[in-house]
Amino acid sequence: MSITLSNISRRYGASRAVDGLSATIPTGCFFTVLGPSGCGKSTLLRMIAGLEPLDEGSIALQGRMVAGPGLHLPPEARGVGVVFQSYALWPHMDVLGNVAFPIEAAGASRAAARAKAARHLQSVDLEGFAERRPADLSGGQRQRVALARCLAAQARIVLMDEPLANLDPHLRAAMEEEMTAFHARAGATTLFITHDQREAMALSDLVAVMRAGRFEQIASPQELHDSPANAFVAGFIGRGVVLDAEVTATASGRATLRLSNDLHIEARAGNAKLGPAQVLLRPGDLRLDPSGVSGRVLACAYRGDHWEAHVQADRLAKPLILKVPQRALPRETLRLAVSGGWVLAQD
Amino acid sequence: MKLQTRPALPKCSVADKPMSDDLRAAPARWLGLRRFAGEPLLLAIVALAAVALFVVPLGAVGRLALFSTGGGVDAFWAAISSRSVQRALWNSLESAALAAALAVLLGGGLGLLIGLTDLRGRVALSFAILMLLMIPPHVTAIAWMQMLGPSSVLLHALGAAPPPGTTNPLYSREGVIALLALQQVPIVYLTLRAALRAFPRDLAEAARVNGAGPWLLMRRVILPVMGPAFLAGYALAFVSALGNFGVPALLGIPGRYVTLPVLMWQRLASSGPSVLADLAVLATLIATVALVAVWAQMRLSRTWSVALIGPAQQPLRLGLGRARPFVEAGLWALLALLVLSPMLAMLATALVPTYGVPLGPDTVTLRHFHEVIFTQAVTARAFANSAGLALAAGVGVAGLALAIGALLRGPLGTGMRGVTMLAEIAYAVPGLVISIAFIIAFIKPLPGLGISLYGTHAIILGAYLSAFLAVGLKPVGVAFAALDPALQEAARVSGAGFWRRLRRIDMPLIAPAAASGAVLVMLTAWNEVTLSSILWTRGTETLGTVIFNYENGGYSTLASAMSIISVLATLALMLLLHRLGRNLPPGLIPWRG
Repeated sequence: MSITLSNISRRYGASRAVDGLSATIPTGCFFTVLGPSGCGKSTLLRMIAGLEPLDEGSIALQGRMVAGPGLHLPPEARGVGVVFQSYALWPHMDVLGNVAFPIEAAGASRAAARAKAARHLQSVDLEGFAERRPADLSGGQRQRVALARCLAAQARIVLMDEPLANLDPHLRAAMEEEMTAFHARAGATTLFITHDQREAMALSDLVAVMRAGRFEQIASPQELHDSPANAFVAGFIGRGVVLDAEVTATASGRATLRLSNDLHIEARAGNAKLGPAQVLLRPGDLRLDPSGVSGRVLACAYRGDHWEAHVQADRLAKPLILKVPQRALPRETLRLAVSGGWVLAQD
Repeated sequence: MKLQTRPALPKCSVADKPMSDDLRAAPARWLGLRRFAGEPLLLAIVALAAVALFVVPLGAVGRLALFSTGGGVDAFWAAISSRSVQRALWNSLESAALAAALAVLLGGGLGLLIGLTDLRGRVALSFAILMLLMIPPHVTAIAWMQMLGPSSVLLHALGAAPPPGTTNPLYSREGVIALLALQQVPIVYLTLRAALRAFPRDLAEAARVNGAGPWLLMRRVILPVMGPAFLAGYALAFVSALGNFGVPALLGIPGRYVTLPVLMWQRLASSGPSVLADLAVLATLIATVALVAVWAQMRLSRTWSVALIGPAQQPLRLGLGRARPFVEAGLWALLALLVLSPMLAMLATALVPTYGVPLGPDTVTLRHFHEVIFTQAVTARAFANSAGLALAAGVGVAGLALAIGALLRGPLGTGMRGVTMLAEIAYAVPGLVISIAFIIAFIKPLPGLGISLYGTHAIILGAYLSAFLAVGLKPVGVAFAALDPALQEAARVSGAGFWRRLRRIDMPLIAPAAASGAVLVMLTAWNEVTLSSILWTRGTETLGTVIFNYENGGYSTLASAMSIISVLATLALMLLLHRLGRNLPPGLIPWRG
């Protein structure tokens, strides 16, 4: 089912947690909302689930209005599944009872619901744990029970509120794969909330970057990384530095710019126009070059398969970030060249 | 901000086909009458109960005192200028203020000692201290009268008994204050222990690391931070002592030290319901004093309190070193003197054939126990009445508390906060005010039904529900607050309606707390005398009133025998509560954790 958000707002006193937000999330999509804490992403999820009322705007699920002026369909009538950050497994019921509850709430007897729920427990490989209490499970197992409960609800829309945040780092990678498999199997439209850009990049069809109650950009992960809409997205996703520059020539999809040290560079662009602009230089846009400009190393850190150096070139406002094959010492001088970049949209 | 919505990946651009069979519930269902069968229905029930239990009775007192003919400012002025009212009001204020001060010294000291050091057997010590509160005031008064009177077995053994015929030393201002103080010790103790539980351990450790010894730590860190807790303990003890009826009635009347609740009881007992307007004025007076005390405490503690940063941690355990066994022995000896020896003195009285006969192998008899259990109709009735009323009050309060807790969380929570405030007020005002309120409100036949509740069990039960709702509301409120709201929300998104969520999610999760609240209410109702001393009639006698009347009428042996049985029942209930407490978060059962 698709989710249509039309100009929705939610206020807490004077502050706006969600501020006039509009978007359409297509059926079957794995849609991630990525943003720093306090940006309103959890409020957005709760509004779609019906746990939070709207102050303005409307929400439609598959074209059916569920919230709007004078209308607030309660969560129990919306048919969406939610995986909570704490998983919200009922501690007084066993695992099977937890999974069976949505079936019971739909009108089945307790015994019939348990019989039907067994199938869903099987699909998350937990059939041997039916009689256990949630407290006796590991974090990953609890996560899978919560997913099975969503399956049992037969929800065509699944909302996930940072479901991996409470897991040990080494478990997360495994659970990410399970998430992808779960999404493929259930085929439900999935709205996934996270503050972890790595998670968002790994899982999503589409990512919405959220700040202060608004979406800054909605795009596929690669597009978000390569062609961010503005300086906030550029700074939030990936590594890199945004510099002030002057566009001196444009061609379709490309632009020539002059940096503050009078270096001329070629960069990709949406539709750049002549005049002042900002350009994003990712580590991949920079390389060591004996004939390039010189810069002084400020710091160098090991990033797994490469070293990352912060280099201050003369007459540039900020240090550049680039990959180097071996450790560079502070105050060492490197020579580097710019081989690309992305021109941010001008006002 | 311009959105860049790109053509999505193929998987996401699947054309949206209408899937109406997925829609589990049609909106129409939520727009019809069904909408009012959930939370609004329960809210209506709770609101109705609140009106009957709080608004009608308390409103009736206020109306009679302030707006009836003969009420208003003139009536207050007349009451205040009466010599007997002046003296009773002064005695009430004096005894409550001094008793609360003594209780803060003893209860505060015990709280710091047990809460901060590595003493062993803390739960048992707390349990013993709580006995001071759980044994009702009239029973405590009887027991101490037996222990310190001319025929005291204990004093005879020590050779220090007053000569026969002398007045009991407890029949005095000092006696009333001492026993009132003893009853309030656990209240201060509990307040302090709760505050110490919330005291972050690293505050104390930081002081130690910075070179403070135990005494400097106590003086400069712990005591200042505990200031509001001492203040709260004092205010609670003051209000509780102010409303006490059993102690001043049994000790103060013979000692010519009449407090306001006793004066009100005397007037009603001697003149009957014709003095209700007069009593409404006195009730308003003493209720105002109690509420002002609570209000002042809240104001003061807000200005005093320092916000504690950081979560509660493992409590501090200062090592007592080699002094520990001696401190422990001293504490147990003190508690034996304060709790056990009066009970033994009362048991001795219950076992002798007539009051004054010394207890010995040839005089010991179980006659009085036989009499109160099997022979006397009135005592058997009192046991049955009190047990039934306590059970009904416990179940009723637990049910109401559960409903209020569930509604507090929802969209109708604002109205519910009003109900909890009314319950707190009814708990804070002296019990006699509540019972007078119920007489005034319900002595006339109910409109439409033509029957009066006065003289029935229902009026006593109503007063119990009104006065003790706050007792049961507290553990349920704590349990609801500790519940992850996502558990409830997960049930909502799973499609469960209000009643199903209440039955399948809230009730099982809150049940342990509700049950312990119910047992606390049962304990309170089983032991009370203040409310029923005015509301009882022939046929609705309670345990408290019968013990009180026997003692007042000079049947000390029978009163002692009944008291012993009632204390044993109290102990049994406390042990039940102790067992229930195993599955509860710490702090819900007063002596645990």
